[in-house]
Amino acid sequence: MPTTAELKQRIEESIAGASAEVVDLNGGGDHFRAIVTAPKFAGLSRIEQHRLVYAVFGPDIGGPIHALSLVTRAAA
Amino acid sequence: MSTPEQQISTAIKEAIAENDVLLFMKGTPEAPRCGFSARTVAALETLGATFAAVDVLPDPRIRQELSALSNWPTIPQLFVRGELVGGCDIVSEMYETGELAEVIGVEAPDDAPDRAPVASEPGAPPLTIENNLQGR
Repeated sequence: MPTTAELKQRIEESIAGASAEVVDLNGGGDHFRAIVTAPKFAGLSRIEQHRLVYAVFGPDIGGPIHALSLVTRAAA
Repeated sequence: MSTPEQQISTAIKEAIAENDVLLFMKGTPEAPRCGFSARTVAALETLGATFAAVDVLPDPRIRQELSALSNWPTIPQLFVRGELVGGCDIVSEMYETGELAEVIGVEAPDDAPDRAPVASEPGAPPLTIENNLQGR
């Protein structure tokens, strides 16, 4: 079962300069919310920003990670 | 002969082309089966937007073909004039900034709340029809 620490680590390792705050929405280890800040998001639309984060997890989204709610920001 | 997957993909493309505001969701606007879909419907309904909806649950291939077309892994997905606008998070954020009303081309009603309406907690289990009716 994925953990918030694991999700945070995967996001921060895959997106250069990213910092992520991940919470488990219902304690069940499958619905998460992530607030991700990364310089790479600058100039991208929200759709493009979210796609970059979803890409970190590939098929795990909809698999072990049932839902990942996102807030993305270009700068802190 | 085209495969069933190709036929579904074609039907999805046609639905996107034919409906100015189209929501792919789990369940129906009257009985959403997922908190994220419910919340997205609530944002659209609060704005008084007219929209078409497709339930992805009856056949897993709908979701599979949709995500392949849209390059977006989750449901719901809102399309406006053929373009993917986003899922629940983006739609809620755009509701709050006023961009959603703008992109759909409606005036937000005077009594519309500033915060996106919460139909249920995002992590909540699928709504039952009974729960949905109680909220009416």
